[in-house]
Amino acid sequence: MSTVLTNVCKQYDQGKTVLGKVSAEIKTGEFFVIVGPSGCGKSTLLRMIAGLTDITDGEISIDNRVVNNLSPKDRNLTMVFQSYALFPFLSVWDNVAFGLKARKHSQVEVEERVNNALKMVNLEDLKDRKPRELSGGQRQRVALARAVASDAKICLMDEPLSNLDAQLRIKMRQEIYALQRKLGITLIYVTHDQVEAMTMADHIMVLHNTEVQQIGTPAEIYKTPANEFVASFFGVPPINILPATKLSSKSLKVNGDFEVKVDQVITENELKVGIRPNELRVAKADELTANATVKNIEFLGDEKILYATFNNGNEVSAIISSETHFDLFDTIKITSTNNVLLFSQDGINITKGVGDVVNA
Amino acid sequence: MLKTSTTDVVPEKKVEANSDRKFKLTAKDKYYASIFVGPSLFLLGLFVFYPMFRTLYISLFLTNSFGNTTLFVGLDNYVKLISSPDFVASMWVTVVYVVGVTFFTIAMGLLLANLASQKLPGIAIFRTLYSVTMGVSVSVAAIFWLFIFNPSAGFFTLLTKMLHLPTVNWLTSPTNAMWAIIITTVWMHLGFVFLVFLGAIESVPTTLYEAADVEGVSSRYQFFHITLPMISPTLFFVSTITIIGSFKSFGLIDLITKGGPTNATNMLVYRIYNDAFFGGNYAKSSAEAIILAIIIAFFTYLQFKFLEKKVNY
Repeated sequence: MSTVLTNVCKQYDQGKTVLGKVSAEIKTGEFFVIVGPSGCGKSTLLRMIAGLTDITDGEISIDNRVVNNLSPKDRNLTMVFQSYALFPFLSVWDNVAFGLKARKHSQVEVEERVNNALKMVNLEDLKDRKPRELSGGQRQRVALARAVASDAKICLMDEPLSNLDAQLRIKMRQEIYALQRKLGITLIYVTHDQVEAMTMADHIMVLHNTEVQQIGTPAEIYKTPANEFVASFFGVPPINILPATKLSSKSLKVNGDFEVKVDQVITENELKVGIRPNELRVAKADELTANATVKNIEFLGDEKILYATFNNGNEVSAIISSETHFDLFDTIKITSTNNVLLFSQDGINITKGVGDVVNA
Repeated sequence: MLKTSTTDVVPEKKVEANSDRKFKLTAKDKYYASIFVGPSLFLLGLFVFYPMFRTLYISLFLTNSFGNTTLFVGLDNYVKLISSPDFVASMWVTVVYVVGVTFFTIAMGLLLANLASQKLPGIAIFRTLYSVTMGVSVSVAAIFWLFIFNPSAGFFTLLTKMLHLPTVNWLTSPTNAMWAIIITTVWMHLGFVFLVFLGAIESVPTTLYEAADVEGVSSRYQFFHITLPMISPTLFFVSTITIIGSFKSFGLIDLITKGGPTNATNMLVYRIYNDAFFGGNYAKSSAEAIILAIIIAFFTYLQFKFLEKKVNY
């Protein structure tokens, strides 16, 4: 009982490859998030699973049944669209009932399912409203109710929260997560927002440049990213990638400035170091010892984000306590803890222990 | 009480300031209003309102052969018309024609637009072909269809001969002549109606159909439960203009049947024209024109009253 993608490809007529050899196994009942920057083909992949877009090569199977040539309705799944795809001329209740009625379910069953679904998303009081009389979040809930009312075991969602404002997005994120857990359905969720991916997913698939960069749990993706792209895609502000040279077998000189000891034997002379902003230490320094200048400071409440430029031009961001005070153009000394990621020159993560996780 | 200033020429400000929504126009407001409204009011008055009231006026009199009023008779002209079986027959013929034309134009237009909205290779050719009648003038269409209906060498006659069927006398039998006129009018209207429907169908968001596809809704059900409701405002617009347009049909009738045979296609507009310019009875035809205007106004009113609320979601 799982959805398996095997070497799924999509090419358009002009030979442009949108997706090349995507493979993954999505287990039944899990929250699977496909994430990537815009244009990476994640929506195309979702539409191919739904059957709305043909696949050029490869195989998609659901519960051991190859569905490549099945029409969407025979795949027993449901889909929530970015635009919600609500029928403007139907009331909330009728919108949710639309598919059930069309498939000639009995009146009693339709009523029961629709009422249950509306209850589940707290829309019972608004069932007679038309979509135009609803707020963005409420429309989103109608779309969810429609997915709930269908008895499909797989639900696909294509950027369902991107039309909502930031606060509502957080609220709906929790509601979708709770709903998925309650119903026990398999949820395949597409987003470009790494926060959504991290907060909701059981497993994340990172897509970039038509290829799968990594599949893993949020913790794996964050702590042991497969490569430089994955590392910099997750985390706010993004990880600092700095050039480094080998000093001794277990220590590095980062950015030509400061030394970092690592718990592994370094084999390459030139490499890149990834340091999360919260692993950087910042102190005031006079012009002789300083290695950077403060460029901008953002106050976030408990902490501040400090943006600085190293003397050799590299830019860096650090998270500092909001008690610490710096002014613009202050000269500072930046150092780092030893908790860093190492990348080869071409961006592969070579930190000790990573290979085991990524290839598992 | 609204304070009016002579320097302020922005009317919105005054509306805002006035809580009980009473307008009081300054001289300057009136000046601007007359500049904006004046030209169209003048043209409408000259070419629409004056002829309308003049027609109404004439219809209450008897006229001489120059169209000048002679004797005031009140509603006599109307009474005579309504009690004349000839005129009532004409009204019925018109209603049959309008209903026929509207029904077939909309049905065909929808069918063609739905076909042409499919994503198929070469579909652009059909889109062009279906809308081509928009560029055909009434006289050309009439000649074209006269050839088709021609009893000895027309296309229909050739067709029936080839299939060894009895020849149909398109323009000499009363029932067939009505069909001939309806077919011709539908053909004339079709290009425009097709294009309008096509535009409406294309503007329905594809995700609605995709959502329905995923839910396993058949394409027939999709057409009746997604496409039709989504384009209902357009449907309403098209039916209104088609009804009004076919009430006013004149050119095709004049060129193809001349109201015949035995008045079978003698629609109101054609009767008005005949009575005024051949019969010389301006009073009678004025009364007929007023009755036609009332009928059209009535139908339009009905449509707006019963349909407009349903089609605007």
